[in-house]
Amino acid sequence: MSELDLNKKTSEMLAKSEANAAKAEKTFIRPEDEEREVVAPDGSIIKVNPIYDYFSNEKPKEEKPRGGVVEKFLNWARAESIWVLGFGTGCGSIEIPPLVTPRFDMFRYGVQMRPTPRQSNAFIISGYLSVKTLKRVIRTYEQMPSPKYILALGSCTINGGMYYDSYSTINRLDKYIPVDVYIAGCMPRPEALLHGFVKLKQLIKEGKAEKANEYARNFDEYKANQKKIIKDWNMPDYNW
Amino acid sequence: MSIYVKLAYTFLGLMIVLNWGMLMGATMRKIGARMAGRHGIPFRQPWINLLKNISTRTIITHGVMYYMGPVFRLVGGVGLFLFMPVVFSGGVDGPWTNFSFQGDLVLILYFQMFGMLGMALGAGQGGHPYSAMGIARGLAQHAAVELPLTMAIISIAIQFDTLSIYKIVEAQQGGFQNWVLFTNPFAAAAIILAMLGALGHSPFNLVKAPNEILIGPATEYEGTYLGFMQSAGAIIHVMEAVLFMNLVFGGATSWIELIVKSFLIYFWSVFVGMVFPRFKIEQSITWFFKVPLVLGLLAIIIYMF
Repeated sequence: MSELDLNKKTSEMLAKSEANAAKAEKTFIRPEDEEREVVAPDGSIIKVNPIYDYFSNEKPKEEKPRGGVVEKFLNWARAESIWVLGFGTGCGSIEIPPLVTPRFDMFRYGVQMRPTPRQSNAFIISGYLSVKTLKRVIRTYEQMPSPKYILALGSCTINGGMYYDSYSTINRLDKYIPVDVYIAGCMPRPEALLHGFVKLKQLIKEGKAEKANEYARNFDEYKANQKKIIKDWNMPDYNW
Repeated sequence: MSIYVKLAYTFLGLMIVLNWGMLMGATMRKIGARMAGRHGIPFRQPWINLLKNISTRTIITHGVMYYMGPVFRLVGGVGLFLFMPVVFSGGVDGPWTNFSFQGDLVLILYFQMFGMLGMALGAGQGGHPYSAMGIARGLAQHAAVELPLTMAIISIAIQFDTLSIYKIVEAQQGGFQNWVLFTNPFAAAAIILAMLGALGHSPFNLVKAPNEILIGPATEYEGTYLGFMQSAGAIIHVMEAVLFMNLVFGGATSWIELIVKSFLIYFWSVFVGMVFPRFKIEQSITWFFKVPLVLGLLAIIIYMF
C-alpha cells in the first residue's frame, strides 16, 4: 500500500471515528475508547475495542467456601490479616489516620493499609458517597480479590445522614455494594472504627462475611441499581 | 556426603532461612513501632499474611511473564542461598556450604540482579504505569548500588586472590582482627554503605515504599503471587545479610552466630532508616556515586599496587 493510499485510508477512518464520537456522546464513551478500525504500520487493518483492552467483561462467579476445618483455619488467617485499601471516599476518612498513631494503633489487631486494590481485602466507605465517587468505588471494589469485606463508616452510608436530600450523594450504600459492617455516628470516633474491625474479625471467623459471594449471586440486581444512579456509565459491566 | 543428604541439608537450611527472614522482618517492624511509641504488629503477622495471601479465592493474570515475575524473584532468592556457603563448619564439603564452588562470588552477584530483572519483566506485563515507573526507579538505584559494591568485592577478591566465598571466609578465621573490616577497611566501608541500598530500607526505599506511587513493581500482584514475593523477600533479606557477613564480618561458624550477625547487619539498615527520611531517586543515585563509589575505587587502587 502506497503512502498516499495510507493517508487516504487514515483520514477516512478518522472521519468515521469522529462520526462515532458524535454518536457516542449519548452513551458517554470517550471517542478514543470507541470501537473502530485502525491502520497498522504495515498497512493491514485491525479492529480495536479499547474498553475491552482495559477491562474484562466477564461476570463474577460465586466462589464457594471449602468448608470444614480448612476453611475455619483460613478464615482465622483472613481475620487476623485485614489489609485496608487506602481510599478515603468522604469526610470520614479523617478518622483513619489516627488509627496508625500510638494512641489507637490498629497494627496490633493485624490491620494494615495497602495502597492498591489488588492487595487489599477490606474497603472502608468513609462517610457520604457522591455519585461520582460511587463509580470509582465500584471499579475499585470489583478489582479486589475475593473474599473482600466492606465497612461502612458513618450515618451517611446508612440513610444519607445530613446529606439525605442532596442531589449528588447516595442514601443507602447497600443498594449498590454489599456491606459487612456498619459503624454508625457522625462522625464515629476512631475507637468506633476499631470496634468495627473487631466485629468484622468476629464475622469472618464465624464464616458469615461472605458478601463477595452475595455480590456475585445478585450481580444483575446490583448492576441495575448502580446504572440507575450513575448516568455516565462508560465502562463494561464488570471490571477486574 | 551423598547428594541426597546434601539436598536434605540444603532444604532444611532454606526453611530455617525463610522462617528466620520472616521473624527478622517482624522484629524490625516491632522495633520501628516501639520507636514510634506504638505496640506494633504481632510476631506471627508475616506467617498469617502469607497464609491469607495464598488463600484468596479469585486471582487475575496478565499473561505468562506476569506469572514468571514472582517466580524469578523467588529463584533469585533461592539461588543466593543455593550457591553460598551459609555456615562455615566441617570443611568445604560441610553440611551448610550448600552448592558453593570456586568462583561462586560472580554467580552470587548475578543472582542479586536476577530477581530484580524478573520483576521488571513481570511488572512490565502487568501493564500498570506505576509498576513500570517503580521498576525503572528500582533498576536505576540497583545499578548505582552495584557499582561501589562490585568494586569493593573486586578489591576483596584481589586481596585474597580468589573468587570463592568459602576461601574468603576461611581467610578471615582466627579472630576478629582477621576480618575484612580491619584488613581492608576501604572495601568494608564501601560495602557497609552500599549494603543500605541493597537491603532497601529508608532512605533508599523509594522503589517499594507503600506510600510512594502505589507500591512500585508489586502494584498489580495479588494473592499467591504476592505470597511468592513475600517469601522471596524474606529469603533475600537474610541472604544479602549473609553475603555481607561472609565478605566483611568473618562469616559464621554456627547457626546462632549467623542469626546474631545477620540480625545486626539487617538492623544497621533499619537503624539508618529510622534516622534518615526517604531520598528521591536522583538523590539516592547521586549519593551512591559519591562516597561509596570513591571508597570502592580507593579500595581497588590500594590493592592494585
